[in-house]
Amino acid sequence: MKIGVLRERGDREARVAMTPESALALQKLGYDCVIETGAGKAAGFADDAYRAAGVSVVDTPDALIEASDVIAKVRPPEAAEVEKLGPGKTLISFFYPAQNSALLEQVKAKGANVIAMDMVPRISRAQKMDALSSMANIAGYRAVIEAGNNFGRFFTGQVTAAGKVPPAKVLVIGAGVAGLAAIGTATSLGAITYAFDVRPEVAEQIESMGAEFVFLYFKESQQDGAATGGYAAPSSPEFREKQLEKFRELAPEIDIVITTALIPGRDAPKLWTADMVAMMKPGSVIIDLAAERGGNCDLTVADERIVSENGVIVIGYTDFPSRMAAQSSTLYSTNIRHMMTDLTPAKDGVVVHNMEDDVIRGATVTKDGEITFPPPPPKIKAIAAQKPKEKAKELTPEEKRANEVAAFKAQTKNQAILLGVATVLLLIVGAYAPASFMSHFVVFVLSCFIGFQVIWNVSHSLHTPLMAVTNAISGIVILGALLQIGSGNWLVVVLGALSVLVATINIVGGFLVTRRMLAMFQKS
Amino acid sequence: MTIGIVSAAYISAAVLFILSLGGLSGQESAKRAVLYGIIGMALAVIATFFGPGVATSFGIGLIILIMVAAGSIAGYYVASRVQMTEMPQLVAALHSFVGLAAVFIGYNAHIEAWRVGGLDEAARATLEGFSAILAHKDPVELAIMKVEVFLGVFIGAVTFTGSVVAFGKLAGKVDGKAKKLPGGHMLNAGAAILSFLLLLAYCNGAGVWTLMLMTLLAFFIGYHLIMGIGGADMPVVVSMLNSYSGWAAAAIGFTLGNDLLIVTGALVGSSGAILSYIMCKAMNRSFISVILGGFGGTTGPAMEIEGEQIAIDAEGVANALNDADSVIIVPGYGMAVAQAQQAVSELTRKLRAAGKEVRFAIHPVAGRLPGHMNVLLAEAKVPYDIVMEMDEINDDFPNTDVVIVIGSNDIVNPAAQEDPNSPIAGMPVLEVWKAKQVFVSKRGQGTGYSGIENPLFYKENTRMFYGDAKKSVSELLPMIK
Repeated sequence: MKIGVLRERGDREARVAMTPESALALQKLGYDCVIETGAGKAAGFADDAYRAAGVSVVDTPDALIEASDVIAKVRPPEAAEVEKLGPGKTLISFFYPAQNSALLEQVKAKGANVIAMDMVPRISRAQKMDALSSMANIAGYRAVIEAGNNFGRFFTGQVTAAGKVPPAKVLVIGAGVAGLAAIGTATSLGAITYAFDVRPEVAEQIESMGAEFVFLYFKESQQDGAATGGYAAPSSPEFREKQLEKFRELAPEIDIVITTALIPGRDAPKLWTADMVAMMKPGSVIIDLAAERGGNCDLTVADERIVSENGVIVIGYTDFPSRMAAQSSTLYSTNIRHMMTDLTPAKDGVVVHNMEDDVIRGATVTKDGEITFPPPPPKIKAIAAQKPKEKAKELTPEEKRANEVAAFKAQTKNQAILLGVATVLLLIVGAYAPASFMSHFVVFVLSCFIGFQVIWNVSHSLHTPLMAVTNAISGIVILGALLQIGSGNWLVVVLGALSVLVATINIVGGFLVTRRMLAMFQKS
Repeated sequence: MTIGIVSAAYISAAVLFILSLGGLSGQESAKRAVLYGIIGMALAVIATFFGPGVATSFGIGLIILIMVAAGSIAGYYVASRVQMTEMPQLVAALHSFVGLAAVFIGYNAHIEAWRVGGLDEAARATLEGFSAILAHKDPVELAIMKVEVFLGVFIGAVTFTGSVVAFGKLAGKVDGKAKKLPGGHMLNAGAAILSFLLLLAYCNGAGVWTLMLMTLLAFFIGYHLIMGIGGADMPVVVSMLNSYSGWAAAAIGFTLGNDLLIVTGALVGSSGAILSYIMCKAMNRSFISVILGGFGGTTGPAMEIEGEQIAIDAEGVANALNDADSVIIVPGYGMAVAQAQQAVSELTRKLRAAGKEVRFAIHPVAGRLPGHMNVLLAEAKVPYDIVMEMDEINDDFPNTDVVIVIGSNDIVNPAAQEDPNSPIAGMPVLEVWKAKQVFVSKRGQGTGYSGIENPLFYKENTRMFYGDAKKSVSELLPMIK
């Protein structure tokens, strides 16, 4: 069978769905490759390079579609391209079926099969064909580069002979793939990076990339990301308010904001409002990666770079991956190749459209004149359900003080009760015992008390020496033997002498061994 | 020497003992602390020796000197010959001596009281020392003294057999597994109740046979109590016996009316009790359940463990170590058994010389004695400032390249956190599995002292480095660049 790749017709689209390298891999799967002339030009792949890789080049899109069984491209197809499709032909591209229902109907009418690369389910096995992720990764990186291009200062803080430069502060909103890529890029450029996400379970990922998680304390638990296929779910109005409040607090000190917040199948939530932009310093930069779906920032205009009244640059480009066409084409064509590998289990150049396969089923939006969107939920969960993580709450000074006071009161109460009980017990003993006993008893109780006080301070690593020392000291029973031995009775003398002997062994052995042990402890 | 001077010496000795225990709060001051203890003990013994009613005749004085000399030689011999790895046994053995001495002294007090009771007024007036004190006791005081004697003998006897069994278990002469006679705790409880009845009989004038029978019962309790406690709980047992030996001394102090004995006994007793408490807390076990023996019953089947143990050779470990920047070594009892501390120290030195960060993570109950590992590492000249406690280092595991677990098992068992049905569930453990790579040096595939399967060995980032710890680590040495 033949795989054909169309030239992208969109204004700002420089990507291509096949590179000479991926063509070689596709040929190994048993396919013949065809490409429209000039398709790879914008991404830096000349027609000759394709020819050298054994790809035949055709002149018109019509001829290409006519010749191919599988047609691959990047952007959703144009109406004119769909017109040429027919039964038995398979189209692989981004499709966005939820937003493009008219296009979906048109494809259905034509009887063609469509595999939407944006519908690949998020499960481990399908990661190799997850084009959304590979594109988002590029977008995140490029967003930081674009921000640096528009930002008039260094990212990293420096102390130079010509003065001190403070580091840039970057806030990334939404820690999906794009957000994490942006965090990684920003931190490796030296910026102080903060990141926010509505899913508390990604805090660990954010911290692993070197950013600080902006923690929002909110009692309503957010829906677990596992239930929504690893994507964020819409949040409640109260939560949103709380979130905006936090952003307002951060806005004046942030130099660069990168917003990546998207909820599947919805318009982008407005998270960076006009008043926050007004609070920012002139020269600050906002990169809105959600511009295509309306933008996270109020001021965003899709595909435009605008400057606000107070000199904040708001960039709403929608073609970040395309701006790095060579890289993004390589990754995208690899995703396509992996998809083809899954579609060709026998490696014989014949597509087997197995609707039992979770990944293929999920990505297929039309098949044999039927709309198969939306797919049933996948059998495997995207990520294991996470246990809610206990996050240490940042206490305000007042709360801290209140806690300390409460702890102090509880401690006082405990001590008072203990002292009370002890006093009563002592009084009872004192009421019945003779005076000579009491004087010894007082000594005993005080010694216990001193023992308790002293031992708590002994360092953990010295517990063995402590035991050896207390052991040696408990050899003090020798005094008992000494005091008795002087009495006339022969039995007492014998037992006393034996006691002196064993107690001495204990004393000498205990102290010597402790000295030996302690002599070994040394600093490096 | 007059009573006044003796008392002054006693006060100094008591203060020195307190300073000695307090000085153990830091490694440097600890060296001075032992000296305080020795001086205090010398003061107390010499003052007592020259005090009234002790060396009453030349013969008695000679006997005392001979016994002290013989004891010193024996003590010196034992202390200088013992291996650092045998420290737990030694401490347990020494405890048994205190217990035995306490039993003898208790009997002496009984004999003396009986002898003094038989004397007439005139003869009583001529008595001095301990018998003089006895002679002047009124009936209530004598009754109290009987209780004290009884208690002293009881605690001493329990300490004696308990320590002997603990010594046997630690030295490997007795099987380390928890064992109980049929009847279990009921036997102990029965013996204790019987002892209490005997106490009542003894106070009411029953003869010496009550004391003797009680001693036998106490011997049994000590034996049975410690036999019922598993090897993994030995640190608690040793510090508990330490505590008992202190209480025995305090009880004798009451009998003899000697304040220094009371003070010292109370110090030792409370110190041992706190130490036991700290140990139990580190294992998340209740003190009572440890004392009553063995692990508590599990509430359900243990979690299934998936995967397999994957072995690795010395070369693989050495390569990983050469690539690593940060290394944490987790030593356990196995290191002590294999005497591997010198090899580990050498490995540490080489890795540090290569500019790697090497640290040790010590779990509070690693080994068979509190602080056991610290002592062994110190013996092998590992600097103590890279030896960390669990709380200090537990958060650092995720940022660590390589963890080497040498002969420890339960203290790195993730089941404590993951499996609520595990017998060690809830016990704080070192989270080694969070590191990038874990090597476990272990003799074979068996379970640890507590007999619990360890899921760590089956984790993806774990490799088993089988063999004797000393041999394994020594093999690594020439391969570290």
